[in-house]
Amino acid sequence: MSYVSIKNNETIPVSSIPEMDYSAFLELNVLSLLKGMGAHCTSYFGYPYSGNIKLICCMANDEQHSINISSSVVDPKHPLPSFSQHSLVFERFEREIHENFGIAYTDHPWLKPVRFPENRFDKKMTVADYPFFAIESEELHEVGVGPIHAGIIEPGHFRFICNGEQILHLEIQLGYQHRGIESLFLEKKKLLQRITLAENIAGDSVAGHTIAFVNLWESLCRFRPARDLQLPRTIALELERIAIHTGDLSAMCTDVAYQLGSAVFGRLRTPVINYFQIWCGNRLSKGLIRPANNHYPFTKELADELTRLLDDFEKDFEEISKELFSLPSALARFEKTGVVTAEQAEMIGTVGMTARMTGINRDIRLSHPHDLYAELSHHPLIKYQGDVYARARMRKKEINQSIGYLRKLIKDLPDEIQHTGHVTSPSPHSFTISLVEGWRGEICHCAITGHDGELIVYKIKDPSFHNWLALALAVRNNEISDFPISNKSFDLSYCGHDL
Amino acid sequence: MLNNLKIWLHQGKQFIPDVTTAKVPGRFRGRPVISKVSIDETELADLCPTHAISTNPVSIDLGKCTFCGECAFAFPDKIKFTTDYKLATNERSRLIIEEGKEEGIELDPALLRKEISQYFSGSLKLRQVSAGGDNSCELELNACGNVNFDMGRFGIEFVASPRHADGIVITGPITENMAQPLQLCYDAIPEPKIIILAGTDAISGGIFEGSPALNRSFLSRYTIDLYVPGNPIHPLTFINGVLELINKRK
Repeated sequence: MSYVSIKNNETIPVSSIPEMDYSAFLELNVLSLLKGMGAHCTSYFGYPYSGNIKLICCMANDEQHSINISSSVVDPKHPLPSFSQHSLVFERFEREIHENFGIAYTDHPWLKPVRFPENRFDKKMTVADYPFFAIESEELHEVGVGPIHAGIIEPGHFRFICNGEQILHLEIQLGYQHRGIESLFLEKKKLLQRITLAENIAGDSVAGHTIAFVNLWESLCRFRPARDLQLPRTIALELERIAIHTGDLSAMCTDVAYQLGSAVFGRLRTPVINYFQIWCGNRLSKGLIRPANNHYPFTKELADELTRLLDDFEKDFEEISKELFSLPSALARFEKTGVVTAEQAEMIGTVGMTARMTGINRDIRLSHPHDLYAELSHHPLIKYQGDVYARARMRKKEINQSIGYLRKLIKDLPDEIQHTGHVTSPSPHSFTISLVEGWRGEICHCAITGHDGELIVYKIKDPSFHNWLALALAVRNNEISDFPISNKSFDLSYCGHDL
Repeated sequence: MLNNLKIWLHQGKQFIPDVTTAKVPGRFRGRPVISKVSIDETELADLCPTHAISTNPVSIDLGKCTFCGECAFAFPDKIKFTTDYKLATNERSRLIIEEGKEEGIELDPALLRKEISQYFSGSLKLRQVSAGGDNSCELELNACGNVNFDMGRFGIEFVASPRHADGIVITGPITENMAQPLQLCYDAIPEPKIIILAGTDAISGGIFEGSPALNRSFLSRYTIDLYVPGNPIHPLTFINGVLELINKRK
């Protein structure tokens, strides 16, 4: 066997990851992808390794519920043939490896900067020098938008090439939000500092990223979380899904000028995030999730409060949803706008709802269940149209599904909750991977420890890392005026991508 | 149309009638109160993830505090977080809460520029720039304008262009990659203009303080008109802070 096969949140010795020469490494990982629909690349990264670079590739096998890890040590001065030449799934991962370590690829189709990190290999090139694709033509024009956008939204630059009002091509430049989080995970040694960093990776996915971190950390420290710890985590993740999906439906109504929908979905989000505040003192659940410990046990009173909230929410939510999805003026803007085909989605390796809305059954809650998802026997919701309408319906349906899960989770609460414990120090020379299905999709955190158990690598992948390219493809041949609604229907993360 | 009217009727009035006196639900962590109880101060200070706690006397700097509340769990007799959300002020040192201090946080009238109340008390248009923000303060700034908090009723709104703005609201620790766009945006706002820092990350860098990926030199060039602490800021903290800024007279 040329890879080691592990489960989500399993810790293994780094030495158990098979190391092979680069051509075998390439063949193994590219082939495993081409063999069937069950596999996708969940993380691929490099780190300095005694003067060379060690590449680690993590391929998730969704049917076997396992993650296959393999590695190769390469000399950064020698150009390599690219994985991307065989599959675009690896495209951005290889760009990142090139940007961080200066590894040249002989046949990468699009070897451009990813995020201009402070520790990049080529410091001469700055965020202002991004090499945009251009077409010389008298008929075409370019439209540049950003980095600062019109609303209260994070920065990123969108460069359109248009033929009249029609978009021929969109290139998305990111990196403006880069805060050096992965390096800070190594430099800040206190556990509370690392939790705080995890909570600040992406403020709309606090539960998602923090759960990914604590699950990873507990595994590294050989701590097995009790059900009482996993329950509030699962509840928080589903609540976050409901809150953000509802807010996104509001924003999508805003973008098609349906004011009532915007106001009602917007106000429906308020009690959901206020519930986080009632529970843990913060509307976005910062402070709630801690390794081995829970300051805010999920009590029966909280369960009653949540039941009331969901009952009230559901009534109004169904009413406004029914109206929105039968409103011709809204549907005319949603349907057949921003289409991603199943072939495109599979080709670029999309994850989360961006994959599911094109018919791909990809959901960590099913394929690599963490916390209480095995208990819930989750069935992912699948749509096939791949357009803005599919993404809006997907949100509506996922909200209904999450409400069902919450009701199930809080039904039989134990009388006594065990909520305090502590973690010891992480195992030395170990590797751990943690996957979480956030509302956007698959969040992946990987860690490697050194001889004293200290972190030597902390690798974060937000689902947006895969999905930004889907937005760029979705808007081709659309009117440029449909860009805002397409963009909002994906609602991808800038800070989660830029780190 | 009729269905829309029905929904409109069902929803009724959703706005908070008085945002200056509203109570926040649950256990919101707002302004901390530090007692004079003696504890192991070094242990307390060492606990804080962002070095917001100083010793002898014990104080918490809300410009650095992430409001994680861990200090209050470890030393419940020493530190309590109240639900007071009025945390904004125009003087950086007023964000430092010393032990024994029970009074609320206010703006220093002596520091208010006369033109702020003169020009902006009836209408204030703001441009928002996220400079490494994690989208949490951005979500809450958006919430300020929703039907619940309805900041627009005071004439305070976010606008799409710096040319239309009276000031800038900065979120995030200000990354190197956003330093130049932030400066360009600020330069495009006509005089007189104000600067508001929203959130712990913007005020001090928060958990990102000292990261080589930041460039906070913009802040050393200008006077900051309002500091709004929080991680993220609560909409009521922001709205009350801005209202005080534009209405308060010397």
